[in-house]
Amino acid sequence: MKDRHSVQRLYRCLFAVLAMPDRLLDLKEREWDDLLTVARSARLFSRLAAVTQSHGFMHQVPARVAGHMTAALRLAAHRQQKMLWELQHLERALREIQMPILALKGMAYLIADLTVAKGRIFTDVDLLVPRAGLAEVEATLQAGGWRSEALNTYDEHYYRQWMHEIPPLQHPDRGIEVDIHHTLSPLTSRIKVDPTPLFEAAVSVKGYRVQVPAPADMVLHSAIHLFYGGEFEQGLRDLSDLDFLMREFATRDSGFWQALMTRAEALNLERPLFYALRYAYHLVGTPIPTGMLAKTRPFGPGRTALKAMDVLLGAALVSIAPGARTMGARSLLWVRSHWLRMPPGLLLRHLLRKLGGHRKQSAQ
Amino acid sequence: MGPFIVQVRARLESLAQPMYVLYSDFPLVDSDSLTDFDVVLQCPPNLRRWIQPQVLFKLDGRSLFEPFPQDTAFPLFEWGLNWCVAQRSHQYLMLHAAVLEREGRAILLPATPGSGKSTLCAALAYRGWRLLSDEFGLFDLERRALAPFPRPVALKNQSIEVIRRFAPEAVLGPLFPKTRKGTVAHLRPPASAVRGMDEAVFPAWVVFPKFTIGARLALRALSKAQAFLRLAHNAFNYEITGAEGFRAVGEIIRSCGCYDLSYCDLDEAVAEIDRLTA
Repeated sequence: MKDRHSVQRLYRCLFAVLAMPDRLLDLKEREWDDLLTVARSARLFSRLAAVTQSHGFMHQVPARVAGHMTAALRLAAHRQQKMLWELQHLERALREIQMPILALKGMAYLIADLTVAKGRIFTDVDLLVPRAGLAEVEATLQAGGWRSEALNTYDEHYYRQWMHEIPPLQHPDRGIEVDIHHTLSPLTSRIKVDPTPLFEAAVSVKGYRVQVPAPADMVLHSAIHLFYGGEFEQGLRDLSDLDFLMREFATRDSGFWQALMTRAEALNLERPLFYALRYAYHLVGTPIPTGMLAKTRPFGPGRTALKAMDVLLGAALVSIAPGARTMGARSLLWVRSHWLRMPPGLLLRHLLRKLGGHRKQSAQ
Repeated sequence: MGPFIVQVRARLESLAQPMYVLYSDFPLVDSDSLTDFDVVLQCPPNLRRWIQPQVLFKLDGRSLFEPFPQDTAFPLFEWGLNWCVAQRSHQYLMLHAAVLEREGRAILLPATPGSGKSTLCAALAYRGWRLLSDEFGLFDLERRALAPFPRPVALKNQSIEVIRRFAPEAVLGPLFPKTRKGTVAHLRPPASAVRGMDEAVFPAWVVFPKFTIGARLALRALSKAQAFLRLAHNAFNYEITGAEGFRAVGEIIRSCGCYDLSYCDLDEAVAEIDRLTA
């Protein structure tokens, strides 16, 4: 059984290998086993496979590992193909519509052919359209056969009034979820983003009608999603996304860091930028210039709040650690993360509810 | 087990007993070895452990299915492991088929509902054929051959008695009544199956069995086109393997004799397959 610190060490090892794949060649069997377990549990196994393949190491890793990597890459390629097929259908349906449309997240990485897209499995097509054009896009897609699940009034209200997207659409022939956004974060969120500058800075991609956000905007959107989305299920994968995006953009363009900083200030996204840089640097080891870290420090919260955030985030990310080997640590962390997440009164209510749920199950 | 190393951890008498009986011939590996599947079976953390205890199947620490009654831990393990293999192993074209070998050539028995595939497979395994697998025809897309994956053969309902009579020497595990598929008992794979589990084979025949009570024995040749479509449809991951899966099915069908076999009597079916493959 591994304690929390050795799990953290394993994650650091995983991130180090993703950044410097030569290290794969020195791993012993036991280390491979641990690495595969953490990679799978962080949903980074197919990324590890893609990195291994693109460095030509497929025949140098143990055959057993290479087999699983081949399998993971095949699955990812199949899923990506399905997503691109959905995008083709969407582009055809929307061809008459005169407004800018941006592909976001996974789809944007894929069509922009970024390294981060290699082996990256995503399940929704996310598109950003101007709020004024939302109704037209929705009606056009409905006419083209896309349907949204029947929602009750509350859910409908939830999406329309509080969220940054309309209820998800699916075409019954293909079943891929299509999310049409009109801004990057829920309307109720503390983070408010005016999407107009995103459209202005959008980048065209050869062969597609949809565009993708500019590099700095991609990074900032990924940061909002991770730090303000409230879902940590894929937290380590998202953090690794940030790492891959920033590395690639910084390598391509020496002015990237300055551009990122300027953009965050222009969009009022200083705080998400601060978190992205801090945790990518500390948890993943992204080579962020020390000047950037110092310059963004004032964007962060006060010392106490920051300490709390460090602990909270560390716990949230590590609490999705490989359960089999960390069962004890994980049970403790579960209690601990709940303690951190909730004020005592709410925690008590939450626990009573959980316990009540178990009782009901037992009684059946 | 064949190409895979499976790590299983559990503290359950209901799992240990059948494991000892049904996996007795399988080699153990050092606990430091690289494993393909890391499986844990344990009680869900709730009060039910005291009344009607349950069991959870976990892969890499994640619980995959709703809990099962604890006395069916073994069928849960078998079924859960099949699920894991089917989800992940796209280095193979995975056919839902039994595979047996004789004199270096393999026969594929693809499953369709009510085909009686497992019964026929178990019978052949006791009439001179080496069992490669009952559930998975694993066609290795790199080595271009079928990889053995011998496992206990799950026999359902009447098949259990049929095989007991057909091969009295066969070792069967405990009966599990009232599973989703009725009463299930597992047949221990013959020792020859475990000894030969590293020897991949190329298929020479594809036979689609169909068991019907009262049916007259009939073997009917299929056109290559028909057989192709049916075998492609039978694969778990035909879509995922894409063009490679298409080529693999083509390769198998081109080099195999393809037949429909309708039968009722097991002895007759075995004799017919012997005639076909002699």
